[in-house]
Amino acid sequence: MKFFDKTEWSLLYALPVLIILLFALPTWLVNYVQVSMGMGLVALAVMIQMRAGLVSFGQGLYFCIGGYTAGMASKFWNISDIFVILVIAIVVTVAVSGILGFLLRRYREIFFAMLTLAVSMILFALLSSSHELGSTDGFNLPQASYLGWHPEGETGSTVLFILTAILTLACAILINRFLRGPIGKIIEAIRENELRVEYLGASAHVSVHVLYMIAATISAIGGVLWSMALGHVTPEMANWTTSGQFVFIVILAGTGNVFAPLVGTLILEVLRVYAVEISPNTWQMILGIVMLLTIVFLPKGLWSLFERFVKRLSSKEPAA
Amino acid sequence: MSVILETKGLEKTFDAVVAAHNINISIDAAEVIGVIGSNGAGKTTFVNMVTGYLTPSSGEILFQGKDIAGLPTREITQMGICRSFQIPQLFPELTVLDNLLIALTIANRGRKGWLTPAVDEALTDKAMQILARFKIEEHADKLITTLAQGVRKLVDIAMATVPEPSLLFLDEPTSGVSAEEKMSFMATLIDALQATDTAVLFIEHDMELIEAFAPRCIAFYEGTILADGDTAGVLDDAKVREFVIGSEFHRKATPDVADIREQAKG
Repeated sequence: MKFFDKTEWSLLYALPVLIILLFALPTWLVNYVQVSMGMGLVALAVMIQMRAGLVSFGQGLYFCIGGYTAGMASKFWNISDIFVILVIAIVVTVAVSGILGFLLRRYREIFFAMLTLAVSMILFALLSSSHELGSTDGFNLPQASYLGWHPEGETGSTVLFILTAILTLACAILINRFLRGPIGKIIEAIRENELRVEYLGASAHVSVHVLYMIAATISAIGGVLWSMALGHVTPEMANWTTSGQFVFIVILAGTGNVFAPLVGTLILEVLRVYAVEISPNTWQMILGIVMLLTIVFLPKGLWSLFERFVKRLSSKEPAA
Repeated sequence: MSVILETKGLEKTFDAVVAAHNINISIDAAEVIGVIGSNGAGKTTFVNMVTGYLTPSSGEILFQGKDIAGLPTREITQMGICRSFQIPQLFPELTVLDNLLIALTIANRGRKGWLTPAVDEALTDKAMQILARFKIEEHADKLITTLAQGVRKLVDIAMATVPEPSLLFLDEPTSGVSAEEKMSFMATLIDALQATDTAVLFIEHDMELIEAFAPRCIAFYEGTILADGDTAGVLDDAKVREFVIGSEFHRKATPDVADIREQAKG
């Protein structure tokens, strides 16, 4: 059996493409690509939970934990090394999601969605009322350093972009592996029939718990990368509107492939830019119409269009 | 034959309703047992208690000498007791092959890392072998939602055999199967299961099937065991005739199972 599947090869090829885009695209668009990678990881986390039939309306919780870990590490301990920050963020996230997982793994459907929302809103409220952490304004982050190396200005931005690309693609490859692996298969089965999963000898609760922790971890990594790229964190990261946006991305892009939420995030970012430009006061209406059309005409998201295109292309290929 | 399952004084009550009372059953390895009784007699309650879906109010369930009463379903499955359902419990939006592959993935999950692809050629071959044993390999690529009830039943039972159980409960395996197909269906089923040396306890309302495939029969009535013994004796029992199968029931000569099996193969 081949070590990498098609998706994994595509993700590997995407790295040089992203590096070429870094130098070829205008700066504003590069910024959108970079921000989309951080947010795309959170959308990916929402997507893998949807594979188990679980919709998280509070994924902003871990996005925010990642961002605030980066911010607080620099603010209180003077740590700007991105690798150390990532390790701290992962440890904090595993601990928090590990504890919350014991509660959340017992719930499904609307109860899971509302509980995830409730927990993220608790963090939002705590951060919004914390004067030490800048209240609703949040606070700024210093430029990232890398194992003692402190690149500044454009070099710093370039290095952070490349590291963001590497980490995003590596996470996507690992998630693809996870979905193809035993627990990935089990979570697919949980969506279909949890009773049968238990009668085959697997624990649906444990599988959901593991899934929840993995989704939390990649969301926190996304939060670190996003906040380091913007140089700022605010409690808005944990707000329900932010979490809703991740759900929007997954509905727009589909759950068919790990690529979908990553590309979907970029599409949403660009769509929002143009929506604001076309209709500055009612741009949300444009996004609403796009959401409506997607649900009606593409219930499996934009990725299903791409799949149809590839299928048609391969059926036209002459037989060897 | 060695005893693999023994229940002692098993009881289940739901408030004032007694669903099972003083159930004492002993099952030997590789035994085939038919269970009869009208609706609400306690047959499924008994299966639900042994497979961990219900916790007994009192009594013991000894499986290979260990008390398993009250253990979670998955632990009981891992120990070697599996079941199929009256209404097949499958993964409806997936294909038959995918259903089997998920069952095999769960059975093998400790042997592969989290990031190792669960499905490979060997696993697919094994899934196809199981489907072939139940004569449903031609349905491998069909979605469950597109299958006839009889095929769904066979997929459900094939899935239950994946953990290689020592004891398998079949809850009304022929319900939903047409009257003409029932005999050959059961022949296919029992042949496939006996190839694995699994003890089988099947709940059935069709007495012809009980006579043909179960050397031993247990009759339930109002949560208690009315009779337990060789099938001919139980079906001739006066109480069983009065309360379970009706006095007008006339036992036919036991159908020639060898003939039925030959027909099923054909």
